[in-house]
Amino acid sequence: MAENEQENEQEEVRARSFWSGTITFGLVSIPVELFSANRSQRVSLRMVSEDGTPLARRYFCPKEERELDWDEIVRGYEIEDNKYVVVTDDELEKLAPEKTRDIDLRRFVDAAEIDPIYFERAYYLTPGGNSTKAYRLLAETMEKTHQAGIATFVMRGKEYLVAILADNGIMRAETLRFADEVRSADDVGLPEPEKPKAAAVRKFEKAIAKLVEKKLDEDELTDRSAEKLLKLVARKEKSGEGVVEAPQGAVEPSEGVIDLMEVLKRSLQGNAGSSGSRSSGAKKSSGSKSSGKSQANSSSKSSSSAKKSSGAKKSSGAKKSSGAKKSSAAKKSSAAKKAKKSSGAKKAKKSSGKSTKKAASGKSKSSASSAKTSSGKASGRKAAKSSGSSRSAKSGRKSA
Amino acid sequence: MAARAMWKGRIRCGDIDVPVKLYSAIKSTSGVHFRLLHDRDLQPVKQQMVNPETGKVVEYEDVRRAFPTEGGDLVMLDEEDLAELEPEGSRDIEITRFVDPETITHQWYDRPYFLGPDESNDEYFALTEALRKQKKEGVARWVMRKKEYVGALRVEGDYLMLMTLRHAGEVVPASALEAPGGRALDKREVQMAKQLVEALEGDLELEAYHDEYRERVLELVEAKAEGKVLKFPTAPGKKAEDESLSKMLEQSIKATKKKASA
Repeated sequence: MAENEQENEQEEVRARSFWSGTITFGLVSIPVELFSANRSQRVSLRMVSEDGTPLARRYFCPKEERELDWDEIVRGYEIEDNKYVVVTDDELEKLAPEKTRDIDLRRFVDAAEIDPIYFERAYYLTPGGNSTKAYRLLAETMEKTHQAGIATFVMRGKEYLVAILADNGIMRAETLRFADEVRSADDVGLPEPEKPKAAAVRKFEKAIAKLVEKKLDEDELTDRSAEKLLKLVARKEKSGEGVVEAPQGAVEPSEGVIDLMEVLKRSLQGNAGSSGSRSSGAKKSSGSKSSGKSQANSSSKSSSSAKKSSGAKKSSGAKKSSGAKKSSAAKKSSAAKKAKKSSGAKKAKKSSGKSTKKAASGKSKSSASSAKTSSGKASGRKAAKSSGSSRSAKSGRKSA
Repeated sequence: MAARAMWKGRIRCGDIDVPVKLYSAIKSTSGVHFRLLHDRDLQPVKQQMVNPETGKVVEYEDVRRAFPTEGGDLVMLDEEDLAELEPEGSRDIEITRFVDPETITHQWYDRPYFLGPDESNDEYFALTEALRKQKKEGVARWVMRKKEYVGALRVEGDYLMLMTLRHAGEVVPASALEAPGGRALDKREVQMAKQLVEALEGDLELEAYHDEYRERVLELVEAKAEGKVLKFPTAPGKKAEDESLSKMLEQSIKATKKKASA
C-alpha cells in the first residue's frame, strides 16, 4: 500500500503547465507550455489518523528532535558517509541556463525509427506566445514529413532527452530514456536464440490467429484494482460503515480543480489566461497550496468522470465547471451530514459543528501537506521558489 | 553480467502456455539524488506523518487509509478491506487478444521488460517466432508483486518483451483535442520549414546523448566540497524575436547549408 501511495504522488495529474520555454528550430523560436498528456486514473487513498483526521507530512531534525520549517531545509548531495555538500536552486539553475529555457531542435529523424523501449512519458506542447503561426508551421511540417525533432533540455533540475512529434496539428514532447539507462537482451544475459521446431511454431501461430482482433477496446485496459476499490467504497458509503466527515478544507475539491482536458483545450486555443496555465499564472499556481491540494482529490474524482470521457471525443470537462461541482458537492455534504447522523455510523466522531467551523476557516494545515508532496516534484525550480512558496517546490522528491 | 530475473510467470491463452522469466529492461534512472537536510546541522531530515489537530506524530503502524469521496467525506478502510482489495496472486500472464503492432501506440507504454525462457527454450523461441510470423502483439494482463498490470507482448529482436501499459483513460489522445487555429499558413513559409527540417534530418543516434546536466551538477558538488568556486557558464543572449518568420526561416536554411558544406 505504501508503495502505491508513493507512485500516486509521483503520477499526479497536473492540470497546469509543467514548464514553459521555447522550442528553437533554426533561428525560429516558438514559445511553448508543457502539459502532461497522461492523467492518473489511479484512485489515491489518504493517510489518516484512527479517527479519520487527514494527516500531514512533516519534516523533523533527528538531532534536535523537533519539527522543521521549510525555510530551515536545504538540499544536499552525499559525498561520503553522512557528509553532505549543500546545493541551492539558484546554483542548479545557473548550471545550464540555455537548457532550462530552450528545447533546441538540431536534429530531425524518422519518427518511426525510435525504439519503443526508449519512450518514457508524454507531454503536450501548447503555443505560449501571442502568435500560433510558428507553432502551426513546425507541427504541420513534422506531421507531413513524419519527422521527430530530437533534443535535450532541463526541467526541474533534471535533464531530459526528448522527441518532439506532431499529431493532429498538436505538438507533443515524448521524453526518452538515455541510451545508458536501458538494457539490451545481451545485457540481461538472455540465451542465444535457438531455431524452434516448425510444428511448435505452427501450433502457436494457430492459437494466435484464433485470438486476433482488429481493434483494441480501451475497456481491455481497465484498472480493475481501482474499480474494485470504488465498488468497496460505494458499498461502505451506502451502509455508512466507516464513513467519517472530513474537515472540509482537506478533502473537498477546491476552485483550483481544473480538468486536464479543459486546460489543454484552452491552452491550445490560446486563452489559457483564466485557467492559470499561462506561464505567469502557472508559476504562481505551481507552488500554491490550494492547487496541490486539489490534485489529491481530482484523481479520485476523475476516476469516474474520466472513464466516461475516455472514448468519447468531445465530452470534455468544460461542461462540468468546477463551480458546478463545488456547489453540488456542498449540497451533498450537508445532506450526507444528516444521513450519517441517523445511520449511526460508528466512526463519525466529528460533530458537524466542528467541521463547519473548519470549512469557514478555509484550508487546514493538513491540506497544505498534500500540496507539499504532490507538487514536490518541482525541485530546483526557481520559478516556484520566487513565487514565495518554496516549501512546496522543494519537497517530495529529493533528487534533481 | 547477467541480470537476475525479477519475476517468473507463464504466458497463457488457448493452446499457449509458455513459462518465462521477467527482467527489467531499464538499468537505472538518470539524475542526481539529493537529500533534504536541516540547514544548521546538515542532518538528513526525517519525514513523519503528523495529526494537524493534535500536532502529534502518528507512527506508521497507526496510520489508517481512507478514500475521499466526492461529497467531501472519508471512507475509512480497515485491514480487512485492504486485504479484500489486494489482487489475487497468480503466475499467469493472460493474453486476451492479439492485435496489429500499430494498434497500441507508444503513448500507452509505461515500462519495458524483457522476457526470457524458463524451463524450456523450445517453447519460448517457438512463441517468439510465431508472433513474429503473424506480425502481432498480444494484449496481456497479470498480477506481479501484488499489483495488477496491463501490457503488450511484443517481439523485440529475437526475444519477447512485455511492455506495461497505462490503464484505460490515462492517456489523453491528440484526437480529443483541437489544434491551435489561426490564419492559413503562408505557402512559402511552409516550403521553407520543410526545407529546414530536411536540412536538419539525420540518423537517430541516441547513444550520442548523455545526461550532461548530471555531470555538471556533480562537478559543482565536487568543486564545493573542495571549497572552490565554480564558474557558471554565461547564458547566451536571447534571440531576437521581432524578425519576421520568413526571414528567420531563410536565414536558418542558409546557416545550415553553410554548416553542411563546411
